[in-house]
Amino acid sequence: MPENSLGRKLPDRIEGYGPVIPYRGLETRMPEGRGLGRKLKTPSRHAQKLLSSLEEAIGASGLRNGMTVSFHHHLRNGDKVVCHVLDTCARMGIGDLTLFPTALFDTHEPLIEHIKSGVIRRIMGSVNGAIGRHVSYGGMSVPVVLRSHGGRPRAIISGETPIDVAFIAAPAADKFGNLSGGFGKSACGSIGYAHTDAQYANCVVAITDHLESCLLAPISIPQTYTDFVVELPDIGDPKGIVSGSTIITKDPLRLLIARYTARLIELSPHFKENFSFQTGAGGIPLAVTTFLEEAMTRRKVKGDFGLGGITEHFVALLQQGLLRRLLDVQSFDLTAVNSLCSNINHMEISADWYANPWNAGAAVNLLDVVVLGATQIDRNFNVNVNTESNGLLLHGTGGHQDTAAGAKLTIIAQPLLRGRIPCVVENVHSLTTPGEAVDALVTEYGITINPRRTDLMDCLRDRKNLPLVSMEQLIDLAQKLSGPMNPPQLEDRIVAVVEWRDGSVLDVIRQCSTH
Amino acid sequence: MMYLPGNNPNMLLRGHLFRPDGLIFDLEDSVPANEKLAARILVGKILSFLDFGGCELTIRINGTDSDYWRDDITAIFDAAAANPQITGIRVPKVESPQEVVVLDEMLSELEDKSNIPPGHIRIFCLLESASAIWRAFDIATASSRVTALIPGGEDLAADLKTSRSKDEIELDWIRRMLVVAARAAGVDALDAAYPHIHDLEGLKTQTAFVRQLGFDGKSVLHPNQIPIIHEAYTPTDQEVRKALRIVQAAEEAERRGQGAVSVDGRLVDRPVIKRAQYLLQLAGPMHGRDTHDVPPDKG
Repeated sequence: MPENSLGRKLPDRIEGYGPVIPYRGLETRMPEGRGLGRKLKTPSRHAQKLLSSLEEAIGASGLRNGMTVSFHHHLRNGDKVVCHVLDTCARMGIGDLTLFPTALFDTHEPLIEHIKSGVIRRIMGSVNGAIGRHVSYGGMSVPVVLRSHGGRPRAIISGETPIDVAFIAAPAADKFGNLSGGFGKSACGSIGYAHTDAQYANCVVAITDHLESCLLAPISIPQTYTDFVVELPDIGDPKGIVSGSTIITKDPLRLLIARYTARLIELSPHFKENFSFQTGAGGIPLAVTTFLEEAMTRRKVKGDFGLGGITEHFVALLQQGLLRRLLDVQSFDLTAVNSLCSNINHMEISADWYANPWNAGAAVNLLDVVVLGATQIDRNFNVNVNTESNGLLLHGTGGHQDTAAGAKLTIIAQPLLRGRIPCVVENVHSLTTPGEAVDALVTEYGITINPRRTDLMDCLRDRKNLPLVSMEQLIDLAQKLSGPMNPPQLEDRIVAVVEWRDGSVLDVIRQCSTH
Repeated sequence: MMYLPGNNPNMLLRGHLFRPDGLIFDLEDSVPANEKLAARILVGKILSFLDFGGCELTIRINGTDSDYWRDDITAIFDAAAANPQITGIRVPKVESPQEVVVLDEMLSELEDKSNIPPGHIRIFCLLESASAIWRAFDIATASSRVTALIPGGEDLAADLKTSRSKDEIELDWIRRMLVVAARAAGVDALDAAYPHIHDLEGLKTQTAFVRQLGFDGKSVLHPNQIPIIHEAYTPTDQEVRKALRIVQAAEEAERRGQGAVSVDGRLVDRPVIKRAQYLLQLAGPMHGRDTHDVPPDKG
């Protein structure tokens, strides 16, 4: 069995996936030739895009057995569109579908019935929670393909994964097919993940619960991409879409990690005028943003842009003039949604613009600093964000690979243990982001620098208030505190394939035993 | 010094990471009666195998009016034999010098059995009644092991037939008296913990006050309180710069074999140099700052 450059043994070919291109390095697989072209269309000048029902739209789209349908996840755990569409397909007798979402959440648990009945044959995309658990125990006949936020548009544009019908949940739409996420009762802000689907799908069906009677403004996805529009009473539950406020952790341990992280950034050579960063929406990253705000104010450093999932804390930095721009592929709270609609310096970007490695320049390549989490990180700084220590596939890849590869300083910030489960281990169970893209790990025990970053070591030397700890020490300590851990019980069968953002294969995830 | 509940493994394992100067492993108030034994075993185990960085480790035993205190001390000695960082016991509700003498005898006996240097385990006395406060000097001088006096909070207020108010005006005189007794006895005065863990402004005000009274430090209940106290006890940048100049001038004078040291055009004597050295010692490891972070003089 051949190995990739990270020592993961991979088959030449995986049933239901196809031939395996082993990962050989961060930027070794080069694109060739031309990407996919858009399907040419010339609808009648008098054609009505607004249809009366989802059944009618599905019928008009030409969706048939075995085709690929795509969705975006901006409505997050409040999304009702995915289940609604698949329920309708099931009623219409359409099956054997490839589901191509940007991510699935717990709210999509009803899809498990459609997997069992054969309406869904295959999933390409992040599977969080219940569906991930179902997949882990062998609930699907073909492996799930896990791609990053940048890997997905790359696969679409390169023609690797063509989309037959893109169903776009649109919090606001007009009858001409102009779409926005910025307002309406299911407002979610940016719908950046849907842009590429809209541009490259053979057919685009917009589903909205807020139909403007006249031309929409502002517009995220224009009518030139949209074939049909359907109005439904409800496309999402606002409680699951935007939390209203993104909470900074109060846990002193996580605050300590955030403080060390912010201090590491401040002392690094990357903290300078016009620097850019992404910190995400978890408890620790939000606290990092707050501490960075304090450091930027104290040191009179202004940032160029903040990137990624945008929260009220990033909006505050923009409003204070500490950041000049926000590039928003996903808005996490109502403050971010409102800012996107009202501030020209807060810009919506597509997933292609955000993170695709095969275009003329993704935003992640401009990043100075990114702060990320992990379920596991190992001796070689390889990171796992997909599986838990018990082998269950419960999390998507998100922008982890893309930002880690693009940023000049990639920091993993997380506690040494979660409960009594070590997060720092000898070898990650499954590999999501290679260690060569990771520069530092921050835990409650201090800062661990990847040995190849001697420049960072030099910056931190003799800082009495910033403990440096080696990876070896951390692994020893984690083992000492947690005691021996039983490895997960696995079957041989492959249930998921973890792709690097360029489409090469980093790792495979095997089925968990039920006994 | 931060209190850690003896029945909470998560906090016991990680308390030192917040970089207090000391940790107090509590077997008394934070542990219910039915968990005393388990907490004693847990604290002993953790103290035996974990490295707590530079923290001074003490254990708050149950009071000598309880059924637990002898077993508490025995358990501590099992751990102390393996961990020299354990330097003391914090004894609640100390009422008289006689109690201290009894404790001293038991500690001496156990030190002898455990091959621990005589006098290694020191006694921190919590004075939680009016009579204890009244006898503070006698209690502090009852044994050379006594290293600090600490006023109580709730129990003391109750004993004074009052309640603990936000500004703790009822403990004002108590604090002043305790500092005098501690100084007279040559031991430290450590203040009680501030119970309102979310009121960091109140803590800041109180810490500034007790520092001005002469207290050497303060107990804490929550990690978020640590930086507030460190900040209050950490010298300002201006003080650090001046102390640096004094110490450097003293070292230079010593190298040249000169007796007199002149800084900023003024002669400084030995006590001033010692105070400057102490101040730098406080400023360095006092968490949150190192000498790189001291901005240079303006102009």
